[in-house]
Amino acid sequence: MIRRSLIGIMMAIAGMAMTFSAPAQAAVEININKGNVQPLPIAITDFQSNNEMGAQIAQVVAADLQRSGLFAPVNKAAFIEKITDPNKAPRFQDWTAINAQALVVGRVTREADGRLRAEFRLWDTYAGQQMTGQQFFTQPDNWRRLAHIIADAIYERITGEKGYFDTRVVFVSESGPKTARQRQLAIMDQDGFNVRMLTNTKDLVLTPRFSPSRQEVTYMSFEGNQPRVYLLQLETGQREVVGNFPGMTFSPRFSPDGQKVIMSLQQEGNANIYTMDLRSRTTTRLTSTAAIDTAPSYAPDGGRIAFESDRGGRQQIYVMNADGSGQNRISFGDGSYSTPVWSPRGDLIAFTKQSGGKFSIGVMKPDGSGERILTSGFHNEGPTWAPNGRVLMFFRQGAGAGGPQLYSIDLTGYNEQMVKTPSYASDPAWSPLLE
Amino acid sequence: MSRIDTPAMSRMQTLARNPAVIALTLALALAGCANKKNLPNSAGELGLGGAGSATPGSSQDFTVNVGDRIFFDTDSTSVRADAQQTLDRQAQWLARYPNYAITVEGHADERGTREYNLALGARRAAATKEYLASRGVPANRMKTISYGKERPVAVCDDISCWSQNRRAVTVLGGAGM
Repeated sequence: MIRRSLIGIMMAIAGMAMTFSAPAQAAVEININKGNVQPLPIAITDFQSNNEMGAQIAQVVAADLQRSGLFAPVNKAAFIEKITDPNKAPRFQDWTAINAQALVVGRVTREADGRLRAEFRLWDTYAGQQMTGQQFFTQPDNWRRLAHIIADAIYERITGEKGYFDTRVVFVSESGPKTARQRQLAIMDQDGFNVRMLTNTKDLVLTPRFSPSRQEVTYMSFEGNQPRVYLLQLETGQREVVGNFPGMTFSPRFSPDGQKVIMSLQQEGNANIYTMDLRSRTTTRLTSTAAIDTAPSYAPDGGRIAFESDRGGRQQIYVMNADGSGQNRISFGDGSYSTPVWSPRGDLIAFTKQSGGKFSIGVMKPDGSGERILTSGFHNEGPTWAPNGRVLMFFRQGAGAGGPQLYSIDLTGYNEQMVKTPSYASDPAWSPLLE
Repeated sequence: MSRIDTPAMSRMQTLARNPAVIALTLALALAGCANKKNLPNSAGELGLGGAGSATPGSSQDFTVNVGDRIFFDTDSTSVRADAQQTLDRQAQWLARYPNYAITVEGHADERGTREYNLALGARRAAATKEYLASRGVPANRMKTISYGKERPVAVCDDISCWSQNRRAVTVLGGAGM
């Protein structure tokens, strides 16, 4: 059901770039460290094709770039030049005249073996130079992925940062009234398309997290009224319980190398943090307090772990070494802090903060300094990082009988977007960039 | 793709500030509870006719005449004085009907994060089990499970609901039995 060809996409960079070699320095660039940047006007023309797919691919590329908040696709109705041959240099003055600083042209064709071939060129219209040209092959039913890969290539060329469009999100799909809510694990592309259910509604499931290295998810299920942490292989659907613990295990997450699951074990009134090595099956206890220690999250280098604990009274964020030594509190603001998640870049820890009757999503440095609140309201919870560490997704629950929805927000806090899902949704977890 | 009807949601918020609507919502919430195995504390609240309407020793007897649930203060796991009275009755009833094993289900209100609330519900269940044990219920007749904030019985956006959801429910048999 969820099988996707991960090796079905081959990429050939540079082959097309010979005719119009790119300059070393580009006039068109976005510095995404500057904060509230002005989106870059970009013209994305329909890819040449003998069916509707050329327009569909252009539309997905434009939607990805627009949702990032860094690009402003120019309305197609304003286009002057009609691109007839994407291998020929465009009439740059036609594009600068409508203030398109960058131009994307492309073509999609069917190979003799049935595969799709998509090629594109990104032009700097004011410099009159090609910035990049690439081509990709894939199976026809994979065309949305192809568009996401092209959007990533454009994003990377112009911002200098890796993109995050060719990614997926695993989450909990919720339906039914709040007092009898049914939950299923689900997976979708980061833009909300291609939603597929991974479990049925029989058992309560919570907190899915992606493996950084495999097509694998760890999550919590109440199957058989035994709340436990599980592993799920996405390509085979195979499931297994993680470890043989004498109590509820919950709040799982992978280590950065994908070889361990870190989680909490509940024993009577206490929750402590354990790891289980997935190869040797050995378990290691990392915390040992008469408190609730949970929501562990590794730093990307695997050397440290952020977690939450109420050992000092209210929930606060702590950081410890990977062996459990050196446990230090890092959150000292007003209110309580929970669900720390270390950025894939290592520079920040995202969290949920409760203060003054509001639930906020924020970030702080790993030493606890530089706290910034990105969004605040009745109930925002559970941040997850895009693999480039520039965008967060979380869920928002309104007051009343409704259900939660997914939102994304960039690190500036300005670009907040709802991620549409077929029903209520919570507990998003972003995948690494697909390979 | 369906979307959430946010205008309806905000209308509900507005309505919920009207005391009459709150009362109605609560009545509906209680009526909703009555359809399930878990009934509110005492029969008198619901006008069910009080003691005697349930067969002694039945699960209905336990739920209606003894009271199957206790409530907690925000973020607290200590068993309040009113809850101790309910648990004392539960212990007496369980002593009289020794064939029943029980599961104590711990719950949290929605005003917390998911992971913490799972642990908080477990703490409440453990505190309840501990109290029942201190009143003579053998530990081997008792199991606990936490549902965190995932199984609310009352739904609204104020304390009248949250206080009903911060609970430990003693279920005869119950999960995992």
